[in-house]
Amino acid sequence: MKKTDTCTIEQSTITVNGNVVFESQSETFPEFAKEAYKSLEISYPKFHKMDHLSKLAFLAAEILLKDQDNSRTALVFANRSSSLDTDFKYQESINYQENYFPSPAVFVYTLPNICIGEISIRHQMQTENAFFVLDELDENFLNEYSHQILQSGKAEKVLCGWVELYQESYNAFVYLLTI
Amino acid sequence: MRKDVYITDYNCVTPLGTDVSSNWNALLKGESGVALHKIIENQEAFFASKINSEKLEEEFNRFFGYAQKDNRDFTRLEKMFLLCLKPLVEKHHITEETAFILSTTKGNISLLKNQSSLQEGVYLSGLAQKIADFFGFKAKPIVVSNACVSGVMAIAVAKNMIQAGKYKDAFVVAGDEISEFVISGFNSFQAIGSEPCKPYDKNRNGINLGEATAAAYITSTPSENEKFRFKILGDSAINDANHISGPSRTGDGLFASVKNAMTEAGVSAEQIDFVSAHGTATLYNDEMEAIAFNRMELQNVPLNSMKGYYGHCLGASGLLESIISMESALHGILIPSKNFDEPGISQPLHIIKENQPAEINYILKTASGFGGCNAAIVLEKC
Repeated sequence: MKKTDTCTIEQSTITVNGNVVFESQSETFPEFAKEAYKSLEISYPKFHKMDHLSKLAFLAAEILLKDQDNSRTALVFANRSSSLDTDFKYQESINYQENYFPSPAVFVYTLPNICIGEISIRHQMQTENAFFVLDELDENFLNEYSHQILQSGKAEKVLCGWVELYQESYNAFVYLLTI
Repeated sequence: MRKDVYITDYNCVTPLGTDVSSNWNALLKGESGVALHKIIENQEAFFASKINSEKLEEEFNRFFGYAQKDNRDFTRLEKMFLLCLKPLVEKHHITEETAFILSTTKGNISLLKNQSSLQEGVYLSGLAQKIADFFGFKAKPIVVSNACVSGVMAIAVAKNMIQAGKYKDAFVVAGDEISEFVISGFNSFQAIGSEPCKPYDKNRNGINLGEATAAAYITSTPSENEKFRFKILGDSAINDANHISGPSRTGDGLFASVKNAMTEAGVSAEQIDFVSAHGTATLYNDEMEAIAFNRMELQNVPLNSMKGYYGHCLGASGLLESIISMESALHGILIPSKNFDEPGISQPLHIIKENQPAEINYILKTASGFGGCNAAIVLEKC
């Protein structure tokens, strides 16, 4: 198995294969994500409706998948905080009887695998996908699972990675694997 | 050559019983866990399949009275997990090469209510570690969280990780409980039915939520004294790439998942004896399934949805329904798709209407969920 490309997003910086491709002075994740979207010249209005975890995963995937044939590329992602960032926001909308406004547009993001769904839609990938929650990044586990998908012939490449986000603490480490 | 992987034991905790035989007997009589329950203050009751909390407490104290003296606190969901796993852990030895896989969508989400910060217990990996520590699992837990396909995928993950050679066997446990969080969310989507759910029926109008835990023991080295063996022949989980909350109109993802799983299994549509489908009783889901199964030429294979008995148990449903399918195969009896009366889908399906004897060797189990995810596995009775 070969790791062909890697993208890292942390501390308002996007790094691809060791080279910084975008840096920002913004102090919050939403500002950073918006600036990155502009700087990478992405044109995909749905991006602005996504929750923060999906934006993080989307940006990392965008850089590695654009202009590629992704029709046989599986998605295997993991993180620690699941969708708790959005879960917490959704919970606030139902905490008080006098201020009870559950929103379907927020609720749908209370699942960690939604970020994989967003990537799949963006790149039209009807491919194998899996989302795991682990207490820390375990590259061996992700690689072994991906290896099984590649070996069984269910995919030719796997976009594999760690997409962790809770409030202002975030980091993405995403890479492409081939057999 | 990839290793053969088998399910050789299982258990479940549901409103119909705290072991498989009580569940099976209740199903044969057509009993359902679905009833009206008041879940959200100041709102009307919802139809849901909910475990009686007092009974759960009694059962837990009967089996784990000592644990409480040990001064451990367990949430209601954790008690459901412990009760479900205990009989399996007593029968099968845990080693360094034993995986522990937990499937859930929301875990202890109720702990978020009225909190200003996150408690440790809401982290899914923390929940899994607590259960793992209680039983003395040595490997790090793996949590599968892929919306409503998690339970089916957990079986696939066990198979794949055993075939990868990292583990010899695995305990897979799946669970979700009814919470205000989930009920209010599905309600905001107007996805909750106003009566007991009617999968595939003309008059279906939405889901009932449910709660349960289910557990299976999966191994590549079954012993001689196992009561049964089901080989996990194939699996797949393909995304629709269409919409994050709506099922695909073409059934593409489910179709491809079933196709891949059957190809890996080396089993044709004619060989499948029974389909345990997802059948949530929303208009669009059931229609999508009918399209996908027809594309696979599975329209004549007996099929049911268990949602009329258990509601939709989210991350638990796929594993629970797989267990009931295997019980069906062992008893040679197909169970009807409860509350189905007249077809309300655009393509034909062979929906089971009453208990009937059948020789079941090959089972297809499917699920679909938010995020456009789908999953399918093929099981063979050995």
